[in-house]
Amino acid sequence: MDASSILDTLKTAVPGASYEAGASVDFATIYVPAASLVETCRALRDTPSLRFNVLIEVTAADYLPREPRFEVIYHLLSIPNRLRLRVKVRVASNEVDGVLPTVQSIWPAAGWPEREVWDMFGIIFAGHGDLRRLLMPEDWEGHPARKDYPVQIRKAAQTYEPLEVTEDEFKANIERDRLKRAH
Amino acid sequence: MAELRTETMTVNMGPQHPSTHGVLRLVLELDGETIKSCMPTIGYLHTGIEKTAEQKKWQQVVPLVERMDYLAAQSNSLAYVLSVETLLGLEMPQRVKDIRVLLAELQRIASHLVWIGTHAMEIGAVSMLFYAIRERELLLNINELVAGFRFFPSYFRVGGLREDLPRGFHDAVTAFLDRFPAKIDEFEGLLTKNDMFTHRTQGVGVITLDEALAWGLVGPIARGSGSDYDVRKYFPYTGYETYDFKVPTATEGDVFARYRVRVEEMRQSVLISRQALERVTPSGAWACDDPRVVPPPKDKVYTEMEALIQHFLIYSQGFTVPVGDAYVPVEGPRGEHGCYVVSDGTNRPWRVKMRAPSFMAIQALPKVIQNGMIADVIAVIGSTDVVMGDCDR
Repeated sequence: MDASSILDTLKTAVPGASYEAGASVDFATIYVPAASLVETCRALRDTPSLRFNVLIEVTAADYLPREPRFEVIYHLLSIPNRLRLRVKVRVASNEVDGVLPTVQSIWPAAGWPEREVWDMFGIIFAGHGDLRRLLMPEDWEGHPARKDYPVQIRKAAQTYEPLEVTEDEFKANIERDRLKRAH
Repeated sequence: MAELRTETMTVNMGPQHPSTHGVLRLVLELDGETIKSCMPTIGYLHTGIEKTAEQKKWQQVVPLVERMDYLAAQSNSLAYVLSVETLLGLEMPQRVKDIRVLLAELQRIASHLVWIGTHAMEIGAVSMLFYAIRERELLLNINELVAGFRFFPSYFRVGGLREDLPRGFHDAVTAFLDRFPAKIDEFEGLLTKNDMFTHRTQGVGVITLDEALAWGLVGPIARGSGSDYDVRKYFPYTGYETYDFKVPTATEGDVFARYRVRVEEMRQSVLISRQALERVTPSGAWACDDPRVVPPPKDKVYTEMEALIQHFLIYSQGFTVPVGDAYVPVEGPRGEHGCYVVSDGTNRPWRVKMRAPSFMAIQALPKVIQNGMIADVIAVIGSTDVVMGDCDR
C-alpha cells in the first residue's frame, strides 16, 4: 500500500486534516499536522484496511537551521496487513509550536520513546505525565542529540552541576562541525 | 485482635545486581514478597553512540553500532548496513547475502546461548552457564577466524563484506553445526523436564498477545504469546525468502513459553545455517561492484592510476549517500532490530537511530511483574533477554 492510498483512507476517517505524502525509498511516509496527530493515529490503528497495531518506535531528527526545525518520526507496523508506515510531524523550535500530543492512549509503548525524544531533543509531549530524564542523569541540562549541542568538548561528566560551555567554545565547535561537513 | 498495621517496603534492586544483565536499576515497592510497583531506571550504559555516529563517516559507524547490543553485534551492523544500502540503492551479490544470513544466524545462536546460560543460572541451574558458554566459545572462534575479532567483528560493511572468507571457514562452521543439535538436546534434557526449572517458569510473568503488541514487544516475547510475527517471514531481507525454516511460537505467554520459543529458534537457526553454508562457495564475490563504495582490489591500486585515486578517495573522504531516510528492520535475537538513518547528502550520517528491542522490554517490565513475587522478577528479566547496552545505546 503506498502513501497516496493510505492518505485516501485516512481522509475519509479523519475529515478536515491536511496530510501530505513524503518521499521515501523504503516504505510509505506521510506528514501529519500536530493538531490532528492523535485522531490520525487512532484511525491508523482502528481502520480495518490499515490496522497499524504496533508502534515500532518514536524518534526525532534535528534539521538545524531549517525551520520548522524538528521532525518527530513514528514508525508503525501492521501485522495483520503486513504494512509499514512512517508518520512524520514537523515541530518548530519555538516553545508554543514545539509541543506534541502524546500517543500513549493509542499505543502504550509510546511512553519511554517519547521520554527519550524529550531527553535527547527537548520536544515536549503534552499529556505525557512522566517527562523525566531517561538516558541522561536527572540533573543534566540541555538536550544532547540537538545539532547545536556541543560535541567533542573535553569536560568531565558532571552529574551535580550543569555542563558549562562558553559562547566562544560553542561557536568554535559549531564552526568546526560545519567545516567538517563541507569537506 | 487488633489489625496489624503494615506498610510497604521500598527495595533498590541493582544497578549492580548480578541478574540485571548489566546495569539496570529497579525500584521495587514490596508488600511482603509481593511486588506492588516497580520503577526501572536506565541510562547507566548510555554512551551516546547515536550522537557519535553523526561525527563519523558512513563506514566508520559500523563498529560503533556493533557495540550497542554487545551480544548480537552482527544483528546491529546488519540493520545499519541494510539501511544505508537502501539509501544508496545497492544490490548485493547472492554470495554476500548468503554469507550475511549465515553469520546472522550464528550470531543469533551465540546470543541465545548467553541467554540460556544466564537465564538458567539465575534461577538456580548454575551449571547451564558452563555448558552454554562452552558452545558459544566455538562461535566466537568462528568470528575470530572470519574477522580477527571475537565480539565485534565489523565484518559486514556498507557495500558487502570486509574481505573474503578465510580458509578453513567451511570446516569450522560444519564442525559446529554437526555437534550443536545434540547439545541443544542436552540443554533441553537439563531444563525442559527439570521439575525445579518448570516450577520457576511455568505460569510466571505472563504476557498476553494484546499486551505484547501494545507494548511493542515484537520478537521472541510476542511469539511466546502466540504471535507469528517474524521480520524474516513478514518483510524478508537479504534473501531470507529463499530459505526453508519455521517460526516457532507458543501460546502461554509465560517465562517457560519464551524459553521454548528461543530453544526452538536455535534449532531453526541451525537449519538455516546449513542451507546457507551449502550455497556459499569457499571463494567468490564478497562485495558489490559499485566503485563509489567498495575500494578497488589491491593489485589494481598498485598498477592503475584511477584505482589508486579511487582507493585514496574512499579511505580519506568516504562516500556520500543521497539525501533521504531509511529504516530497515532485521530479526535480531531479541526481536525487531532496526536502524533509522537520515542522510543530508554528505559523507557523514545526519542521524542514526537504532530501534532497541531491550528498551521496549524494560519499559513493559513493571506491567509484567506487578503483583508477582519478588523471586519471579529474576526469572522474568531473564526471559525477556534484555541487554542494557542495547537499551541505553
